[in-house]
Amino acid sequence: MPRRFFAWLWSILGFIYFFVPIYATLEFSLKAQKGVYSLLAYERVFADSRFGTSFVFSAQMAVLTIVLCIVLLLPTLTITHLFFKRFRIVLELLALVPFVVPSIILVFGFIRFYSRPPLSLTNTTLGTYGLLLAGYMVLAMPYMYRAIDAGLRAIDTRTLVEAAQSLGASWMTTMLRVIFPNIRVAILNGTFITFAIVMGELTLAQFLVGGTVAFAPYLALLGRARAYEPAALTVISLLLTWLTIGTMQWLGRGQRINISGAR
Amino acid sequence: MPRVRRSVWLTLSLVPFVAFALLFMIAPAGILLVDSLRDTRGGWTLANFAELANPLVIEAYLMSIRISVTTAVIGAVLGLLVAYAITIAGLPAWVRTMLLTFSGVASNYAGVPLAFAFIATLGRTGIVTVLLKSLGFNLYGTGFSLYSFIGLVVVYVYFQFPLMILLMTPALDGLKREWREASMMLGATPYHYWRHIALPILMPSILAATVLLFGNAFGAFATAYALTGGTLTMVTNMIAQSISGDVLHNEGVAYAMATGMIGIMALTIIGYTVLQRRSERWLR
Repeated sequence: MPRRFFAWLWSILGFIYFFVPIYATLEFSLKAQKGVYSLLAYERVFADSRFGTSFVFSAQMAVLTIVLCIVLLLPTLTITHLFFKRFRIVLELLALVPFVVPSIILVFGFIRFYSRPPLSLTNTTLGTYGLLLAGYMVLAMPYMYRAIDAGLRAIDTRTLVEAAQSLGASWMTTMLRVIFPNIRVAILNGTFITFAIVMGELTLAQFLVGGTVAFAPYLALLGRARAYEPAALTVISLLLTWLTIGTMQWLGRGQRINISGAR
Repeated sequence: MPRVRRSVWLTLSLVPFVAFALLFMIAPAGILLVDSLRDTRGGWTLANFAELANPLVIEAYLMSIRISVTTAVIGAVLGLLVAYAITIAGLPAWVRTMLLTFSGVASNYAGVPLAFAFIATLGRTGIVTVLLKSLGFNLYGTGFSLYSFIGLVVVYVYFQFPLMILLMTPALDGLKREWREASMMLGATPYHYWRHIALPILMPSILAATVLLFGNAFGAFATAYALTGGTLTMVTNMIAQSISGDVLHNEGVAYAMATGMIGIMALTIIGYTVLQRRSERWLR
């Protein structure tokens, strides 16, 4: 009996730790009007045009990050898988970079390296956005790498490539029409987590573009001035996190343990 | 293998990735390392590292380490207990599934939204603070503040202990029933089993996970920034300040601090890898 009792006790304590802040945020976000529950905070959030622009900006960045990561990693990993098995160690080590170089250091290095000649990317808006995108790709790298790697291990890559090529397919066709469709589901895991990371990422966005361009810096700024609207936005972002990561777990591919991201 | 052609072009196809890694992963970190070894006139020097003895810098490192150690240990203990509950203690499968799903979300739920969730919970007008006050308990009267060391610990543990659950569940699942049965057969009590068999087997995994939790907190910036506006003297905050403006009146010190941070994170990941490898001797 005592063993079971303590097991329940610890689990319930765990649940409480998870849920009290979530519940409190929800309740807090509904109390913008004194004395009654209302959706006033949400109405104000949606009325602020910066919410829409920053949300869309971050969502676009997230999609771009995912697409570019796949474009960069899929051919590299397929070829590594087939021909350069020893190159894997390099990839494994690079996947640790976002942990060893936390985002605050990464952005420090970015600004030091890309804000003076020969590569002054931060002088132009386009250059800055490009740099931000590259930063997101670095943060997403471990997840996308592991997801694609797992996908390639699960299928018989070699046979598929040989079959495609003996039928006359080019490398491009092989990648786009044979490899990619076969590992699409495995990649989903990486895309969901990448989406959640980019949507919630503060550090890179704050120091590279600042202001209210991206979602997390906008949220941080709002938190300085307002009380209830940030809570409403937090509920929205929490729903988004649940939706993305929950879906991933539900797909049964959530066993991956994440040690870097938007802390 | 010769049917798929291996050519120079194939090797060249690795170039985009290598170029990306060099430009955006290696170079930004590398330039900080190089600059930390240079003086203002471009000569080589170790003076920047000597400057780390600055009391403010030492305070920042100590604070970061204190927060990371505290949250790693609390997170490890709490996470281990929950992981124990959902593995060995044999709670129903749905409890396990639910807690693991929550852990997956919560270990990723950090940064600005997490800070605001806790402000709504334990801030001065937070739901729990107000509730406690109505019950006659003034939380902020006890010296507690969400915007201080203790508050940061409470918030960090929110993403620390779920990570511990995720890390330890496979290890606890790996404890074989036969080991327990064999020890019982030989007359061991549950205490003996845990003291001499289970804990020694689990210890490398537990330490590995705790080390990882340490690094997880040490590199964190966004949560503390959103909560305290970067006013706590921590390494991450000082580096952030030196990006915005030169607080230390010496750029070189900021580079040295960044290098020190990369060094600590590298040690963390090495420690984790070594311990993890040792744990695989028994748990596969």
